[in-house]
Amino acid sequence: MKRAVERHLNILEFTLASLLRRKVKNLSLLTMYLLVIFMLASLVFFVTALKREAAMILNDAPDMVVQRLVAGRQDLVPAEYAAEITRIRGVTAVRPRLWGYYYDALNGANYTVMASDDPNTTSDKAAIGAGVAKVRNLAVGDLLPLISYDKAPLMLEIGTIFPSASDLIAADMIVISPRDFHQLFNFPSGQATDLAVSVRNAKELPTVAAKIAVQFPDSRPILKSEILRTYQSVFDWRGGMALLILASSLLSFIIFAWDKATGLSAEERKEIGILKSIGWETSDVLLLKFWEGIVISLTAFLLGVVLAYGHVFFLSAPLFAQVLKGWSVIYPNFKLVPVVNAYQLAVLFFLTVVPYTTATIIPCWRAATIDPDAAMRY
Amino acid sequence: MIELSGITKSFNSGKANQFTAVDNVTLVINPKQITVFKGPSGSGKTSLLTMIGCMARPTSGRIFLRGVAAAVPFQQDGVEVVEITSLPERFLNDIRRSTFGFIFQQFNLVKGITVLENVMLPAYPTGEGRADFRARALKLLEQFDIVRLAGQRVELLSGGELQRVAIARALINNPSIIIADEPTAHLDSKLSQEFMTIVGCLKGEGKSVLIASHDPIVFDSLLVDSQVEMRDGAVVNSRSCR
Amino acid sequence: MILQPAALALQLIALLVSLMGIFAGYYGIKILGHWDPASGSEGQLELERRTYLVSTIMSYILSFELMSLFLFIYTADDLHSLFTGAMCAAGTLAVNSFGYPTLILKILNFLLAGVWLIVNHADNRGYDYPLIRVKYRLLNLVVPLLLLESGLLFAYFAGLKPDIITSCCGSLFSHESGSFSGDLASLPHLAMQIAFFSGMAITLASGLFFYLRGRTGYLFSIAVTVTFLIAIASILSFISLYFYELPTHHCPFCLLQKEYGYIGYLLYATLFGGAVTGIGVGVLMPFRKVGSLSSIVPAIQRRLTLVAFVCYLMFTLVTIWKMIFSGLKLVP
Ligand SMILES: Nc1ncnc2c1ncn2[C@@H]1O[C@H](COP(=O)(O)OP(=O)(O)OP(=O)(O)O)[C@@H](O)[C@H]1O
Ligand SMILES: [Mg+2]
Repeated sequence: MKRAVERHLNILEFTLASLLRRKVKNLSLLTMYLLVIFMLASLVFFVTALKREAAMILNDAPDMVVQRLVAGRQDLVPAEYAAEITRIRGVTAVRPRLWGYYYDALNGANYTVMASDDPNTTSDKAAIGAGVAKVRNLAVGDLLPLISYDKAPLMLEIGTIFPSASDLIAADMIVISPRDFHQLFNFPSGQATDLAVSVRNAKELPTVAAKIAVQFPDSRPILKSEILRTYQSVFDWRGGMALLILASSLLSFIIFAWDKATGLSAEERKEIGILKSIGWETSDVLLLKFWEGIVISLTAFLLGVVLAYGHVFFLSAPLFAQVLKGWSVIYPNFKLVPVVNAYQLAVLFFLTVVPYTTATIIPCWRAATIDPDAAMRY
Repeated sequence: MIELSGITKSFNSGKANQFTAVDNVTLVINPKQITVFKGPSGSGKTSLLTMIGCMARPTSGRIFLRGVAAAVPFQQDGVEVVEITSLPERFLNDIRRSTFGFIFQQFNLVKGITVLENVMLPAYPTGEGRADFRARALKLLEQFDIVRLAGQRVELLSGGELQRVAIARALINNPSIIIADEPTAHLDSKLSQEFMTIVGCLKGEGKSVLIASHDPIVFDSLLVDSQVEMRDGAVVNSRSCR
Repeated sequence: MILQPAALALQLIALLVSLMGIFAGYYGIKILGHWDPASGSEGQLELERRTYLVSTIMSYILSFELMSLFLFIYTADDLHSLFTGAMCAAGTLAVNSFGYPTLILKILNFLLAGVWLIVNHADNRGYDYPLIRVKYRLLNLVVPLLLLESGLLFAYFAGLKPDIITSCCGSLFSHESGSFSGDLASLPHLAMQIAFFSGMAITLASGLFFYLRGRTGYLFSIAVTVTFLIAIASILSFISLYFYELPTHHCPFCLLQKEYGYIGYLLYATLFGGAVTGIGVGVLMPFRKVGSLSSIVPAIQRRLTLVAFVCYLMFTLVTIWKMIFSGLKLVP
């Protein structure tokens, strides 16, 4: 036992010395490896953080939203629906919601405009998200001019700017009074964008949803849990797609690693030949190569993960954000809450270290089985 | 004692360029003596030594090692003879590591690491504690008067120094048989003489030494106990010089 | 089809393991066909070199199998939120009929790869390749199972369709059956407890006896195997209940979660570790008397027995400890 440990230690020590001796070759390998791990780790961290963010946003969302579909497209919901749904057993409240999108030609941004439920909201006042405030360079008390459907300007005074903590949803938000909302969009009265339904007991949600679907064949009830699931799945899907795209980089890296490992320099072959001739056995050289792989992999892995952490959680992932979030101009300038767990790290390990290791098995074995008597003929 | 019986080594067997480097050699090599193998280039000296030194396996024939049983891990007590040609590589290697020390024509030192590390290298995979073999290596360096070079990289050494480092390395695992293939080919006559003096000391310590050489300084040396002459893979003459 | 990074990672590993398996199996067949240790021919020397490659590949396969086993369970757990009614890994695995077979085959392959490496270890210690044929026949058994496992894994992930909102309606109504609660049949507590403790007692006693006297190795190995199965059934039946402190939650996977202090890793590591080494003892039994191995195999077996003994003992002690200190008391 002690001998086995000593053997490992001795060989490990020699491995480290060898790696340092061939700095240039190993640094180029390490850099490639690191880059691949960095990209994948950034992606995985980012997707996980977004999933979490989405779940947090939905915390405040209503348990059920009822939409209406006409010819396969979402349409406005008549107010009568709300009244009738309220009568379904188990439903505690139905809240018609008014919201829509406003295109700001000035800077090509889309804002989400929402009518406040708060009856105390006064007309001509608006609460805006930090993103809007930033793009339009606004402070509390400033005037925000919006162009109504008929090109008439609507002047709104900024009452509140949402704190940037709630950035991901609120960034592009403009909350105004229902009266202004109708005026801005010429929105028909007696209609709502959709209905937020509250139910007394969460277990009854599916039953209530089923009843609504039967009673209003053109309605589409959507549960919060379904949205959550869809989000998770969409993020996973986007993450997976991006991963597949990155897979090509992974593949080229593996070919590179293979090449590096196979194309042992004459110098290195000679060195292994010498080791074998002076009494190292095939399995000793395999061990040497194994440790070499471990050292390179772990160094690249740790550095790559740490860099990716910085990239995603301190710099907010500038490399991926545009692709994955789907926000364009008003990109929420928020810091993702760090979520890193053993599971993500394991996945990363499997996606990078395992293929690398596999790719090096045969080249390492080839190197290790150089005939010991070859050294006699150098 | 090393006994060879009908040793043959063929390369590329079954192909057009089949070549028999060692052809049916039967030979006895006595322990604690200096045995020199001589013969023209390509006569199979190196090939024969690699087989005796457990580096390569003969295509056919048997090699017996007598009196080295203590160094063979799997051997049961009381058995004195080991037949090495049928052993798997890892066992051959164990025997090689503990029984043979090698000195090569090109010295074959690893560049980029120090003299001390080079000398310790054969001991790394044995599982011995580093401190132990390090102490032994330093003692060997002292014995060959090169302690001051211990921390030096080998690229910078002179031919004579390289020679001594290579000998020290061959001795690190305390082998009972030293195999040297053309050890003086790159040395001038003074250094060759010095090499023979060292070999004499090793013999004095009770080690067997096998040398393949064209160099008259080696095979005409008074220290040599027996000579084996080879031609075209076969032994043509084997005689004692005493 | 599911495009989640972990699922992709698992499929990637399955692919690599299959390729490595095919490669090793190919050389296994070649070695079986042309092996002749008496010859020093170049062909034989090449085959001997190949044995190093096959052993290296098998050790990597073993470690990949072990790591991916846990990753698989963890991924199943992570994905449960995508399926209506799935509460944890148990539910996700039940989403289609490939989930559990994949898991079982993964465990089986892990055990087989471990046993293979034990046989390999013994073979490497004998100076005349005493087990070379046994070893490569066993390899030819393992490789098809590895391929089958990969096939099942691909089928499993290909058949996973998350219940997401479709364009026409909410997902609730997009499929009929809807519930993958994955409730595992609960076996009667008392009977299982008796079986578990007597199994453990027999295993530990026969292990100790074998360790001290070197006899009844087969009994020990069979006891290890049977107790392994009983222990898994016991986790389902009562051990998990004590950890969850809930009389109805029988899931074998939630034990791996943080809420339960990752205790599952300890339980499964000791159980699998004990099983591999204990089965290894039995597999080596016929070779105790084989010439070059007669002094080696008994020593290896003793060491394996010790490991198996300690592992199973740990498993039992953790179980007993939890049964005593759990907030849950099962009244028979
Ligand atoms: N791997 C090999 N494949 C084919 N032929 C080989 C191989 N190794 C050696 N030979 C041949 O075997 C013959 C004997 O070589 P060996 O090196 O044993 O001769 P030698 O007596 O040591 O010669 P020298 O005095 O030049 O060192 C040579 O003709 C050589 O070309
Ligand atoms: Mg020569």
